[in-house]
Amino acid sequence: MNALVTLPVLLPLLGAALSIAVGRSRLMQRIVGVATLVVMSGLTVALLGRIDEDGIAVTHVGGWTAPVGITLVADRFAVMLLLVSVLTMLAVLVYAIGEPGAEQTHVGFHPLYLILAAGVALSFLTGDLFNLFVAFEVMLMASYALLTLGGRPDQVRSGMTYVAIGLIASTLFLLALAFVYASTGTVNLADLHGKIAQLPPGIRSALAVSLVVVFGIKSAVFPLFFWLPDSYPTAAAPVTAVFAGLLTKIGVYAMIRSQTLLFPPDTWPRELLLVIAGLTMVIGVLGAVAQTDIRRLLSFHIVSQIGYMVMGLGLFTVAGLAAAAFFIVHQIVVKTSLFLVAGLIELRLGSDRLDKLSGLGRIEPVLGALFLLAAFSLAGLPPLSGFVGKLALVDAGFGAGSYAIVGVSLAVSLLTLFSMTKIWSNAFWGPPMSVDVAVGATQIPDLASRRAMLAATGTLVALSLAIALWAGPLYQLAERAAHDLLDPASYLTAVLKR
Amino acid sequence: MSWLTIIAAGVLCGCGAYLLMSRQLSRVIVGFGLMGHGVNLVLVLSGGERGEPAFVDAGTTATDVARFSDPLPQAFVLTAIVISFGVVAFLLALAYRSWCLSGADDVEDDLEDRRIAAPGQRADRNGAAS
Repeated sequence: MNALVTLPVLLPLLGAALSIAVGRSRLMQRIVGVATLVVMSGLTVALLGRIDEDGIAVTHVGGWTAPVGITLVADRFAVMLLLVSVLTMLAVLVYAIGEPGAEQTHVGFHPLYLILAAGVALSFLTGDLFNLFVAFEVMLMASYALLTLGGRPDQVRSGMTYVAIGLIASTLFLLALAFVYASTGTVNLADLHGKIAQLPPGIRSALAVSLVVVFGIKSAVFPLFFWLPDSYPTAAAPVTAVFAGLLTKIGVYAMIRSQTLLFPPDTWPRELLLVIAGLTMVIGVLGAVAQTDIRRLLSFHIVSQIGYMVMGLGLFTVAGLAAAAFFIVHQIVVKTSLFLVAGLIELRLGSDRLDKLSGLGRIEPVLGALFLLAAFSLAGLPPLSGFVGKLALVDAGFGAGSYAIVGVSLAVSLLTLFSMTKIWSNAFWGPPMSVDVAVGATQIPDLASRRAMLAATGTLVALSLAIALWAGPLYQLAERAAHDLLDPASYLTAVLKR
Repeated sequence: MSWLTIIAAGVLCGCGAYLLMSRQLSRVIVGFGLMGHGVNLVLVLSGGERGEPAFVDAGTTATDVARFSDPLPQAFVLTAIVISFGVVAFLLALAYRSWCLSGADDVEDDLEDRRIAAPGQRADRNGAAS
């Protein structure tokens, strides 16, 4: 039981070590990478089943019980996000193996990818604020290297911005940690819950706001999002896809976790979070509408969609948090699949500039269908998964009486649909362009690789359809997770054994 | 709590923040180093008053423990130093690569930003694509 909590972190680290050891053979590296992620997802499914029945699972690393040692805590919210993250990473790895790019030319891709997986798992599972910092750093170091793996001039430029922002966020996180430790004398999340509640209100809100700023940079909320559309589009397609799907969502996860577990509801006005959420949605989508480059357009949509998740947190009700959890699951899958489709377009036609593309629907009908499903799901058209997520959020907004944010979110959905139809009408409709001219310096992969890439993208789109089909059970799980978040009694008992 | 350390942390963070504003990559990297040191000093300060080294052996009693300085922030700082060492090394490599590619030590402009900002250049305004 307890070993099950540590394995999602340990396994990819061991896999990464093994992957370096077999670095001479790309085939062995692929087997190690895929096998690790397959076993990891199996373990996470088992873990989710276990904790949904028996309650929260806790491991005290090294046998030092909380609050002295580092604890790993698996509750419903963390494990359900971990599961969808691992599945997404697996699909993207299959895509990366098919793509002629970083995976085939660079020996470091597989180890870095597995280290990224370990960082992601540790961020979700850790029950310790300093350990969360370490997890972020593990994840970020891997992402810095993955982003700049090609070493192209534009990658170096955007990598510089990305690393600088990552470093500033880390420095602020350390500062916030120092403040937290100076005022409470502990960094264990469960222990902090009791100790922060006893602090004077001024110190409490200072701590809360400094953590919101740190996680706000990581999750790219307004006004801290400017780095994201600048740096994400330049990386290799699978790398951008996995960053887009996972990294910002982990920032949101950390924000939700810290705001619900650490700070009592009266710490600072939550309405401020709703304002941030609304501005993030609007600014993000307006940025997206202005873009003419598919990947940059989608990057602005990442920002816009983060607003919806923050809205769920800002409502601070069970319905709001459950909707946010559901929405994060949906976003991880849909956003990643959209970026994979963009990668396939670029590979096929040598560009992802909207003004250069035309008639892709005739040339690649399957790709068109995949894009249409994912794009409509992002915009929130029924009966796709985005619709369920947005419906839950709107419902929660009405339940909490926050009508303004509901109005904003619906208007933003409309603009999202508009920018998706912009991609559709520019790239997929119209007379088919001549492909021979379009394909520039990019190598054309063989049929088997192309099929693997299409299959990986298709699986992710199918996963988003499955989310919509089984929305009932999944939403109930999200609701149970939200209950745990708002009433941390079971979390505290599990960690502190009281 | 030592005033000297607090002032040193403030000065280091201030100098670091100033250097971060620079367009030259080498200055930015030095700025990160300084700022990291400043924050590490704050982290050391978060442990409270100075005290005896926290070594426990057979003869240690409860009164000895009360005189120990808090070892946990020191462990934090060690971890933070190792991490920032790694990241700064990576940044240096990146800056070197940038210098090799462009021959300049400056942060380059984003071409895509310029393209979008430039009036009359956009396809959707010229009506070419729609």
